[in-house]
Amino acid sequence: MTDRTAVVVGGNRIPFARSHGAYRQASNIDMLTAAIDGLAARFGLSGHRVGEVVGGAVLKHSRDFNLTREAVLGSSLDPHTAACDLQQACATGLEATIYVSNKIRLGQLVDGIAGGADSVSDTPMSVSDGLRRALLAANAAKTLPARLAAISSIRPGHLVPDPPGITEPRTGLSMGEHQALTTSRWGIGRTEQDEVALASHQNLARAWGEGFFDDLVTPYLGVTKDQGVRVDTTLEKLGALKPVFGRGEGATMTAGNSTGFFDGAAVTYLADADYAAEHHLPALARIVDVEVAAGDYTLGGEDLLLAPTYAIPRLLERNHLLWQDFDYYEIHEAFAATVLATLAALNDEAYCRSTLGLSGALGEIDRSRLNVNGSSLAAGHPFAATGGRIVPALAKLLHQRGTVDGRPARGIVSICAAGGQGAVAILEAC
Amino acid sequence: MPKKRFDPLEALATTPLAKAVASSSIGKSVATKLGVPPSVELRRGRNNPGGAISLAELNNSTLTRRTLQLLGLFTINPVIDTPDARTLGEAGRPVPPGYEGRLGALVLDLTELRAVTDLEYVRGVLRPAIRALERSGRIIFVARTPETFDELEPRVLAQGLDGLNRTVAKELRGGATSNLVWVDPETTPQALASTLRFLLEGRSAYVDGQSWRVGAAEVADDVATSVRPYAGTIVAVTGAARGIGAAIARTFARDGATVVGVDIPASGEALARVVNEIHGTALQLDITLPDAGERIAAHVAERYGEDARLYAIIHNAGITRDRMLANLDEKGWAAVLDVNLAAQLRMNASLLDGRAGGLADGGSIVGISSTSGIAGNKGQANYATSKAAIAGLVRAMAPRLADRRITINAVGPGFIETEMTAAIPYLQRQIFQRSNSLAQGGKPVDVAETIAYLADPASAAVTGQVVRVCGQALVGQ
Ligand SMILES: NC(=O)c1ccc[n+]([C@@H]2O[C@H](COP(=O)([O-])OP(=O)(O)OC[C@H]3O[C@@H](n4cnc5c(N)ncnc54)[C@H](O)[C@@H]3O)[C@@H](O)[C@H]2O)c1
Repeated sequence: MTDRTAVVVGGNRIPFARSHGAYRQASNIDMLTAAIDGLAARFGLSGHRVGEVVGGAVLKHSRDFNLTREAVLGSSLDPHTAACDLQQACATGLEATIYVSNKIRLGQLVDGIAGGADSVSDTPMSVSDGLRRALLAANAAKTLPARLAAISSIRPGHLVPDPPGITEPRTGLSMGEHQALTTSRWGIGRTEQDEVALASHQNLARAWGEGFFDDLVTPYLGVTKDQGVRVDTTLEKLGALKPVFGRGEGATMTAGNSTGFFDGAAVTYLADADYAAEHHLPALARIVDVEVAAGDYTLGGEDLLLAPTYAIPRLLERNHLLWQDFDYYEIHEAFAATVLATLAALNDEAYCRSTLGLSGALGEIDRSRLNVNGSSLAAGHPFAATGGRIVPALAKLLHQRGTVDGRPARGIVSICAAGGQGAVAILEAC
Repeated sequence: MPKKRFDPLEALATTPLAKAVASSSIGKSVATKLGVPPSVELRRGRNNPGGAISLAELNNSTLTRRTLQLLGLFTINPVIDTPDARTLGEAGRPVPPGYEGRLGALVLDLTELRAVTDLEYVRGVLRPAIRALERSGRIIFVARTPETFDELEPRVLAQGLDGLNRTVAKELRGGATSNLVWVDPETTPQALASTLRFLLEGRSAYVDGQSWRVGAAEVADDVATSVRPYAGTIVAVTGAARGIGAAIARTFARDGATVVGVDIPASGEALARVVNEIHGTALQLDITLPDAGERIAAHVAERYGEDARLYAIIHNAGITRDRMLANLDEKGWAAVLDVNLAAQLRMNASLLDGRAGGLADGGSIVGISSTSGIAGNKGQANYATSKAAIAGLVRAMAPRLADRRITINAVGPGFIETEMTAAIPYLQRQIFQRSNSLAQGGKPVDVAETIAYLADPASAAVTGQVVRVCGQALVGQ
């Protein structure tokens, strides 16, 4: 076994579209295929056997058991390209990056693609348990009367399909309701949330205007830009929106400072550093180290979306870094309040000591380095696609920045996920 | 096999309504009443004529014979119409001598044309050949460039052939074409080979009634005869996402090139499809950006290595913003001039300054002019200005690039059937399509083949030329 360097070569995604809109006819396979094909065109990979393609979807049809492999077969990549499905809720895309980069570092792959797709428009519906039992019984029945009896047990109510769960199975609370608990626990105010949302839209719009996404995004089905970005939004407009999560005084979370439902797909192309150099592939940034974590939000009463606060200190310690040592911070905006609560928690003496077991708070960071080209509030958040949106964009930023004080520019990605989980990665400019 | 995915444009074109309109019996019956015959399917691709190639040599010229020998093509002697050779047919009318079977092509080497009396020989070989020419057959005149003569008579005669060629092109039927090649005294068979081969093959299907010049250049035998001339080269094509640009990309890839397809970011989906099909790379770039040339070069250097150079750049991207001058504001004027002309000037400047990923010495530049630019067109003041300027650009730059052995040429497409022109209503389209000697619209591949011929390393002696691909459109020269 060798210790190789895994670098981000680049990435590609389709513009994120509002659900039930432009991509309503597109499946996760279609979108992931489109993302892979745009990547193939950018890097000349058509007909090329990529080491492995790893991806997934959060809202996944059971017939898509081989989602990623099917996308590979539908794409212009060499059909001999192996693929693997993987799922970790909203951290799917980043976890796929971790999987591929680890294989590269072990010398098991020279290149690989990591990503994900999610469609809220084309969600899998399951039949009710009553209907399912009746159909299974009818199927198993040996005689016609027995079969009819089984079928006659179906009641009208059984025919209503079950949409996929958007609530945490163990608490019955939606993610927004969970975040509302966190928001009030950490005393996150309405205005600061709206400011995070406004910055997200302004930064994303600016980045699009500067052509930052020209080599990161390929249009799909006539959509050429992220549909979520609102160029003309203001604090006043955001302030006028009615809260949708939380109750009374603590109801501060609106459709403006929470992510909506989007469809999209995104992929990251990773390679061994030497392989990239030999094959004229750009090396934007190297994957330095990664950490995943989970919090006990069920019985322990911990915050559902603050698991990254467990991962970050562990990652910092292992890499002898301070929370302030990064030039760019990419903290996924599930909700504006998630970002703010994450920052508040890491700056909270008591939380860092008692919950995280640290000797003290990690402190504050320079907010001007946070989500500098916008994040999920503006771009939208097709769950499994978010990792593939963030990683190549951060790698490009780091590469453009080059060095800071004589050392490579450094960035950190943090993504929270359902189930009280989180994934974090450190990248460094090449 | 890539699975077929949803394509909005294709879906639009195949709607029942669109199909019904296109094949409407009203449209067709009107067309029939107008006496419009169905158009002939042209011979295309790297295919020679089916029938024999007849070679007519005036006086002691040998250039064409040696060129055809180099290409490994066999020729037969021409049948010559003289009073003695005629027989008496029905009703006692004299019948000129004929060929046995269909003739594939007549190539006339008239480089030794010196006196008016020599023209009788030209008539004598043309008459039987035209009567025997197969569908998509070829008449090819090879003559001396008028300006290379000092004496008056040969010079004006050479010029006279231009009118003869254009008339023959108009008289030919069944998709057959006639073209004239001017050569210099220094032109070698190696330098001439690519042009004769192009004209004989189906690649020149929609080039008709044209004349252009083949000068002198060193061309090795194997280069002159290669059928995969772009193997190992990198070629950039702007506007490659669709239409003519996509056909150009595919044609260069077929002939061995690694293609860098360039188009605006908004066209990225279609661009990706084209480059993935031909194993190239995509560069989403608006060519009107001030540093577009630098970015193309940087893409080449990054993807293909610091030492990599572009062999050719094909400036295909172009737009129209049609308005009568009376209604044309500064925006519609500037947008067209910027994409079609200014961007090209800027890109050429950076690609030619010797930077990594820029244009190699010995390489090639091809631009796209237009019949509108050559003839002028109502409502296209901006477009015609830009396209006439492209013709001027290649003529002006050719001598300046000669010492670096870089050729620069342009094509002038006429009515080409693309997604855009398919949207023109049936009758109007019929009229546009048939206003040329071949009585049909051209295909994107016809433009692409002509560009690939011009940029071919074997065409090193062809520079500063504008070759129209218009089926000899009624308008323009
Ligand atoms: N179709 C015809 O009959 C015809 C006739 C004469 C000349 N031409 C010329 O041929 C060329 C191609 O024509 P077509 O019919 O294929 O047109 P088209 O509109 O189908 O394709 C042109 C392509 O150029 C791209 N493009 C436009 N502006 C660009 C920019 N700023 N940067 C990068 N790419 C840009 C477009 O996105 C498009 O993909 C043009 O130069 C046109 O003027 C066409």
